[in-house]
Amino acid sequence: MALLEIRNVTRRFGALTAIDNVSIDIEAGEFFTLLGPSGCGKTTLLRMIAGFDQPDSGAISLDGKDMADTPPEQRPIHTVFQSYALFPHMMVADNIAFPLRMAGKSADEIAAKVREMLDIVHLPDKADHFPHELSGGQKQRVALARSLVNRPRMLLLDEPLGALDAKLREEMQVELISLQRDIGITFVFVTHSQAEALALSHRIAVMNAGRVEQLDAPSRIYGFPKNRFVADFIGNCNLLDARVQTVSGNTLMLESAGLGTFSAPAREGIVAGARGVLALRPEMVQIFASGAPGAPELSNRFHGAVKELVYVGNVTTYMVTLDNGLKIETLLPNSGSGRVRFFEIGDSVQIAWRPDAGHFVVD
Amino acid sequence: MNKPGARFARWVVGGPPFVFLLLFFALPALIMVLASFRYPGEFGGLASLFPLTGSDETGLTAENYQVFVSDWIYSQIFLKSFGVAALTTLICLVMAYPLALLIARSPKKHRDLMVLLVILPFASNFLVRVYAWMIILGPFDLLFSRFAVILGMIYVHLPFMILPLYINLEKHDPTLLDAAQDLGANIWHRFWKVTFPLSLSGVFSGSALVFIPVLGMFAIPEILGGKDDWLVGNMIKESFLSTRDWPFGSMLSLMLTIAVLAVAGIAMWFARRGTRDA
Repeated sequence: MALLEIRNVTRRFGALTAIDNVSIDIEAGEFFTLLGPSGCGKTTLLRMIAGFDQPDSGAISLDGKDMADTPPEQRPIHTVFQSYALFPHMMVADNIAFPLRMAGKSADEIAAKVREMLDIVHLPDKADHFPHELSGGQKQRVALARSLVNRPRMLLLDEPLGALDAKLREEMQVELISLQRDIGITFVFVTHSQAEALALSHRIAVMNAGRVEQLDAPSRIYGFPKNRFVADFIGNCNLLDARVQTVSGNTLMLESAGLGTFSAPAREGIVAGARGVLALRPEMVQIFASGAPGAPELSNRFHGAVKELVYVGNVTTYMVTLDNGLKIETLLPNSGSGRVRFFEIGDSVQIAWRPDAGHFVVD
Repeated sequence: MNKPGARFARWVVGGPPFVFLLLFFALPALIMVLASFRYPGEFGGLASLFPLTGSDETGLTAENYQVFVSDWIYSQIFLKSFGVAALTTLICLVMAYPLALLIARSPKKHRDLMVLLVILPFASNFLVRVYAWMIILGPFDLLFSRFAVILGMIYVHLPFMILPLYINLEKHDPTLLDAAQDLGANIWHRFWKVTFPLSLSGVFSGSALVFIPVLGMFAIPEILGGKDDWLVGNMIKESFLSTRDWPFGSMLSLMLTIAVLAVAGIAMWFARRGTRDA
């Protein structure tokens, strides 16, 4: 039995269906992420798990026990809010002690646990500081310590890294991963950042318009998106509209209007005539000069011209316009010493990819 | 803007009110202090500072303060006034807090209307409103009593408690209450551990706005109070208008000012301590 079972949950706000018949099982010890654009319903779902909101239909159960009649203060589930919601009139130690005091723990036990948590979040000398005296990252840690101090069954994190600057965000990501591994509490993380989701999670539920589009491990979400939305939302992706011409063995022959035919790996259930989209990651696409022979296994090959290029340090991204007007994004690692540009805007180039690259998604 | 220009602008803006307060508040207060050390004139006013024929009551004297200290009755009236003011403040606080909370947590579009309703009584004359209580209380035989005085005081001063409380509570971050509930706090703890401590500065400013005027109020006890149930305000008014002992009245009002400043100082100290960073 899963730790948390979300069964056919629907939540409506007037005419808007915020959560549309969602079922998710979250296992104990998991780092689970709800990922989606703003307004996809992920925060609504989180609030229902915490108990601040109730499903219109369906059920949420924890350890097999239905939570419908359990108010937030009685659920062994704590939340780290996006704004941290630290109590401004209490010192750090009192903030962390709050849930223990509410649970009626003894003063000795409270003092010991607060000290332990302060060590875990690397703030042993901040006990008698007020929240306004802390930096954003420190507030974040205090919020984490406060939510974890009485060992909830589950920790909900509502875009907790959103307010931090990029460098600090990366540091906190690493800390969150090791914290979750060390204390073994189930984390349910809500974010709109696909990079954060991929970096942190054991499993991701990609949500859109109140539904779960795909629930999978990060590598499968990235490599094998289930539909056009997931392919487009996760990472950069070239989406080539195409129709299946033939299926032979493990190869699909696809046809795209104005471009011609190309091959892609086949999957069960895809039949000739199906329409869909080939999801092709930029790193799968090679770019080389128009006269160059290229490796023989790069059988999907087209001509085009460099339209734009973006130098981002480790790689340079090239936007290539094909002869039929289709834009394909590709990237080259800047591996040569001092060499940052292989091609210039307007250069005539070839782009190519292997027949086993890409992932065809039926619409 | 350059520095001298900025300084000039500051004087242009701040100067007139400063001069106004200097002329009509600080100076009169100083005159009151001096007056309290003088003898009364024969028909009101003050006796001459310089010896004149036929009178030995000239120059400066501490007699008024001696009378105040030696006769227990004055301290008693002071204490009674403090008691009435404290009770009024407490009842106002208890009545105003739930209402202020209700307004603060109402949808934004309703709040302005509710605040308007709170201050609506100010639209009619203060004395008319107090006299209205005579008509209400008369038939119940409750008029001219301590009860009537406190009722009148509460009625007049309640908005002064509601408004600062509302202004404070309205600024509270509702996420804090969610966080408290999430961490195991029931509704009782959410109020006493989060809402109330964060509202202390509002509680103190509301209390000051009620306590201080009630302490000096003479109209309400005069209209609604018993015949001899005087408060400090009545005593001061009587000194100036009936017994025509200006120096004694000056002394009383000076003592009242000192007492109020002391109370305000203590309250501020508590407020600072309680809401160091709220």
